[in-house]
Amino acid sequence: MSETGKFTVSRWASRRPVLRRGRGRDPLGLRQALPGVLLPAVALAMTLLATLALGGAFGARALALRWQEGAAAAVTVQLPDMDQARVARALAALRELPDLVDARPMDQARMAALLRPWLGEIPALPLPAILELRFDPLPDNPEALALRIISVVPGAAVETQGVWVARMVALATKVQQTALVAVLLVLLLAVAVVTVGIRAGLSARQDVIAILHDLGATDGEIAHRFAGRVALLCVLGALAGLALALPTLLAFSGLAGSLMGRMPVSRLAELPWRGLPWPFLLALPVAVAALGWATAQLTVRGWLKRLP
Amino acid sequence: MAPGAAGLYVGRMVRFTSVGLRYAPPAGSSDPGVGQDVLSNLDFHLPAGSFHWLTGPSGAGKSSLLRLMQLAQRPTRGEVEVLGVVTSRARRSELPALRRRIGVVFQDFRLLPHLSAFDNIALPLRIAGRAELALRADVTEMLRWVGLEPKAESLPPELSGGEQQRIAIARAVVMRPALLLADEPTGNLDAVQSRRVLSLLQEMHRMGTTVVVATHSDSLVSAYPGPALRLADGRLER
Ligand SMILES: Nc1ncnc2c1ncn2[C@@H]1O[C@H](COP(=O)(O)OP(=O)(O)OP(=O)(O)O)[C@@H](O)[C@H]1O
Ligand SMILES: [Mg+2]
Repeated sequence: MSETGKFTVSRWASRRPVLRRGRGRDPLGLRQALPGVLLPAVALAMTLLATLALGGAFGARALALRWQEGAAAAVTVQLPDMDQARVARALAALRELPDLVDARPMDQARMAALLRPWLGEIPALPLPAILELRFDPLPDNPEALALRIISVVPGAAVETQGVWVARMVALATKVQQTALVAVLLVLLLAVAVVTVGIRAGLSARQDVIAILHDLGATDGEIAHRFAGRVALLCVLGALAGLALALPTLLAFSGLAGSLMGRMPVSRLAELPWRGLPWPFLLALPVAVAALGWATAQLTVRGWLKRLP
Repeated sequence: MAPGAAGLYVGRMVRFTSVGLRYAPPAGSSDPGVGQDVLSNLDFHLPAGSFHWLTGPSGAGKSSLLRLMQLAQRPTRGEVEVLGVVTSRARRSELPALRRRIGVVFQDFRLLPHLSAFDNIALPLRIAGRAELALRADVTEMLRWVGLEPKAESLPPELSGGEQQRIAIARAVVMRPALLLADEPTGNLDAVQSRRVLSLLQEMHRMGTTVVVATHSDSLVSAYPGPALRLADGRLER
């Protein structure tokens, strides 16, 4: 053997005690029994899916709120002038429509506010009368409804795009609910997988656990060691999952932004960072770790009940 | 501080009243008659500070009796009282603290194979939450006491049977237990080493620890005469 060979061997030998000292603090050998692959992978997948679902839910909510602002009514009927008698007659005729829940003239102040960007402050200008109609359920065929309104209120101009907006809002709400259900399912699934992983770790270490138990270790101490390791692995996985989810989230947010009329972006700083639900996103790794910790505590303590 | 000095306990150390033990039949066993009484009608008490042999042929139930004393097993019938605590009335959460005051040399050592000799001996101290700096001196003293200081960093599979047995003894003693239970502690040792281990155990006894040593070797008992619990077929012969 050459000199370098000897040097390497002796250097390795001198480092051995240090390695072993470290193991003394891991008497359960959890670094092997709970290897750093399965749990982080589960935490990563869970965080990724939960983040995307939450991002989708928040995006849908923002869109829904935004659209609702713009379209308070499903259908608007515009009459050429403000003649009171004519408005009353039109309202009476409109109230005969099926599924109508509300029909009223648009509030003057609100109309002025809506028109201000276009017309400026010109109170003297004769404004048309606008009637707002709400339906429940929404009409299946807005075009047919428009024709019917024109036939009962001659001279009216009918605007039905509110029906589409209301439909989009309903869809967005559904997306939001579905996303939350998806998050719950992902959580349940993750708890199941983590439980299986911990049970595998427990049976891999049952002899060692029995020895620690017989030497006077409490259930709490053994569970604490497992839970600490699981929580650490979960945090690491969750942070990776969050990092992976960010580009997609930003794309979601950008898409929602452009649906709201913002310009598409080309530089990193222009990405819609502020549009993301940061408190929720940052709480996710903590929540995932807490979930792993609690699952480990419950699983290990339940398992230890078999010992006297 | 010398090992054992803190383990002093005045009064009754162990008391068995009509104790019987039957292991649960293995899961899936169809024969309901299976599961004979391994121990039955045990009535005895060990005063604090005493030294007792526990003898009997192989299969007589010596290890099972030690498991009961060590609170690793609950009796099927009767009362086991250890260190003044009637275990049937104790809550499960009270038992770990009691176990920490009992040192055990297991028949099959039960060392943790992935931990060094040092870390195996340090285990009871770490379980009890001793600070790393404080336990270092105790463990090193223990290693010296059993003559294995140079092997501090060896893993159990790298040690001979006799060396593993001495590590197991050091681990049982390092907490200065009030009660020391040794199951065939000389089973793997030659005559010289056996004498050495026996004198270690008697040193513990001299320092106030209550000691019970199980063995099926009559020659060992006659070499070190002392009071004995004799088991045959799960019963005590007086
Ligand atoms: N965990 C167990 N489950 C079922 N039966 C057991 C168990 N442990 C021991 N036994 C049975 O109890 C009886 C007594 O065993 P024990 O180990 O107490 O004997 P021993 O006196 O220590 O024997 P040895 O001198 O060989 O160590 C034996 O018949 C054994 O088969
Ligand atoms: Mg035995």
